Amino acid sequence: MRFLPIVWRNLLRRKFRTFFTMGAIFFAFLLFGVLMAIKSAFAMGVEMAGQGRLMVIDKVSIINPLPASYEQRIRQVEGVTDTAHANWFGGYYQDVRNQFATFATDPESWLRIYSKEYELPDEHKKAWIADRAGIIVGADTAKKYGWSVGQRIPIQGTIYRRPDGGPWEFTIDGIYDSKLKGADKTQVLFNYQYLRETIPEASGMRDRYNWYVFTISDPDRAPEIAAKIDAMFANSPNETKTNTEKAFVSDWANQVGDIGKIMMWIVAMAMFTILLVAGNTMAQAIRERTSELAVLKTLGFGEGRILSLVLIESIFIAVIGGGLGLALSYIIITVVGDPTHGLLPQFYFPTAQILLGVLLVLGLGLASGFLPAWQASRLRIVDALRRN
Amino acid sequence: MLSQIIAVTGVNIRSIPARLGSSTVAVIGIAGVVLVFVAVLSIAEGVNATMKASGDPNLVLILRAGSDTEMTSGFGGESVRVIQDAPGIARDGSGTPLTSPELFVVVDHPLRRSGSPANVPLRGVAPEAFKVHNRLKIIEGRNIEFGKNEIIAGRAAAQQFVNLNVGTTLKWGESTWTLVGIFDDGGSVSESELWCDVKVLQPAYRRGNSYQSVYARLTSPDSYQQLKDSLTSNPQLTVTPMRASDYYGSQTEVLQGIIRTIGGIIAVLMGIGAVFGAVITMYTAVASRTREIATLRALGFGSIPVVFSVIAESILLGIVGGVIGGAIAWLAFDGYQTATMNFQSFSQIAFSFAVTPQLLLTALVISLVMGTAGGLLPAIRAATLPVVTALREL
Repeated sequence: MRFLPIVWRNLLRRKFRTFFTMGAIFFAFLLFGVLMAIKSAFAMGVEMAGQGRLMVIDKVSIINPLPASYEQRIRQVEGVTDTAHANWFGGYYQDVRNQFATFATDPESWLRIYSKEYELPDEHKKAWIADRAGIIVGADTAKKYGWSVGQRIPIQGTIYRRPDGGPWEFTIDGIYDSKLKGADKTQVLFNYQYLRETIPEASGMRDRYNWYVFTISDPDRAPEIAAKIDAMFANSPNETKTNTEKAFVSDWANQVGDIGKIMMWIVAMAMFTILLVAGNTMAQAIRERTSELAVLKTLGFGEGRILSLVLIESIFIAVIGGGLGLALSYIIITVVGDPTHGLLPQFYFPTAQILLGVLLVLGLGLASGFLPAWQASRLRIVDALRRN
Repeated sequence: MLSQIIAVTGVNIRSIPARLGSSTVAVIGIAGVVLVFVAVLSIAEGVNATMKASGDPNLVLILRAGSDTEMTSGFGGESVRVIQDAPGIARDGSGTPLTSPELFVVVDHPLRRSGSPANVPLRGVAPEAFKVHNRLKIIEGRNIEFGKNEIIAGRAAAQQFVNLNVGTTLKWGESTWTLVGIFDDGGSVSESELWCDVKVLQPAYRRGNSYQSVYARLTSPDSYQQLKDSLTSNPQLTVTPMRASDYYGSQTEVLQGIIRTIGGIIAVLMGIGAVFGAVITMYTAVASRTREIATLRALGFGSIPVVFSVIAESILLGIVGGVIGGAIAWLAFDGYQTATMNFQSFSQIAFSFAVTPQLLLTALVISLVMGTAGGLLPAIRAATLPVVTALREL
């Protein structure tokens, strides 16, 4: 450790280069953070989806709603513990660009099934269950539009519309939060009964739900129970498709498709390029000093010590640049959040990826310092000294 | 002075091969940024191109008043008859109005790339549809026979989804369909769709005699206002017409917003990162030539030629990187076919990445700017080093 001043001097001797190398590494890791957040956004919370929860939709398409009578029959299947229904409403606030996931559901059973996912005070729960024209709103959406509990807000739908063409007026009964990392805190949920009033009976769409979600006592029995339910509704006007929530979410993410993957590959490539440039400069900075390393060797420094001096230097640059980059991307992703304002609710920086970032930072420091130091150590002192 | 600039710049550029390693790294860095920039924006351009291709100026669609998508729209057969008599709508030789009342539903069908089910739009059309959408042509098989359970698939849909070949039997729910043809519609959104007879689709989806939209051809783009005034003032109707170009533009507003926002963030971050990369490369290049530059200055070359020469080198590297990056992006991504979920229509939309000349030009400008920015600081440094110290270096 008493040789740290040497490292320090070496870093300072070309301040300009050291600064810009750190800068390049900083931006590379800032990109890394954004990349990982985009990745989790496009996975649409597959990680979050419960294995113990299954969903039933119409076999032809989720847009064909299933009859309300199915709920009772699903509930009676042995192994099913609870059920809830939902309709995709496609809600937006004032402008169609301000969209959020909006479901019409039965508040009581929905909150039972997703008890861990939605955190909200008991009195808000009670208020919502009792209020037909009430909604609960995710904390992110509430913050974005500056909504507060008790406020009345107009919401329009892309799938449903009121006979008079106007928006639905809702009262905010509660704002939910979630401690689960990457939880979708943008949703808006309301009571199906309120939607039902506006659906003309003649349309045949009344009392029909886009999907059912149900829980089972033993997650291992999911395939068997799913098969049983689909068999039950086979050859009816509405045949069903039952699968785990995870499978549905992953199909849903697949619908968005390879755009996410392509973007990720592109960013990965970009990051790699910047790292290549930075790593090369760091290596260059050490290669320039081959003759100095030979001097150190002549003075009696062991190879191990020289190597560690060089490595401390390169790791220092990588850690300062990369560490700040990771830290800033974490802050931006956590504080500012989704750049598209609600379209990518799962925009977060997963812990495992943060660790990966830290490993990459260390790897960069090691690799860019190790190669030139190793090359220098292989040279005979005389040859190394002779290099300009 | 000019001759000095030319001489020093010439020396610099000719000596690039001697510094091939670090120059290559700079070029790769800038090429990478340009590649990313072009690739991400070509996605948005691609979606945009599909929308533009859909915007025939003579094509309007009529939705229920207040609806902004076909999904939320709907009216009965009697409204359709009233709409068909409205002025401004073109008629064929026999006097039949060129209108197509349509139904738009979604069916689940597996995607080719992942095998997982996706929302495919299925559109029911009237026989006049082929005169309304008059660019549409069958490129394989034949057209549907009205009254039968037959389907034609758009070219893009046939590419993106499994098993959409002429002759295939498809079963959704209780109805079975035969795919009889593949159509081309000049790259428009309808190429992502499946089309069938609306009269067959209505009972299959229990829609009675209702429709979601009426597509119509105008006698001329100018007759739009006439049609609009007539439809909105008619007390029998609660509908509004919309130009196809406006409709499709608004349909992908959200999707394009996502792509452009993410693309913008990535491009800005990368751009700054790459400028830093270019700075350190040029800095290294200058540093390794400190003695040489000092010698030139000792010989009487002024500071300005030295500054110019370093910047010129950096710009050259920038342009080379820009051209390489743009070329790779163009080769790798132009025309790449894919499909994604359009949440506004709740269904898949197929499009191909479009690397437009304008995009390439912008990319080239960016690489130029990056080259200049990257060379500026090292150039000033090279020109201001005290000659005596510089000569002593290394």
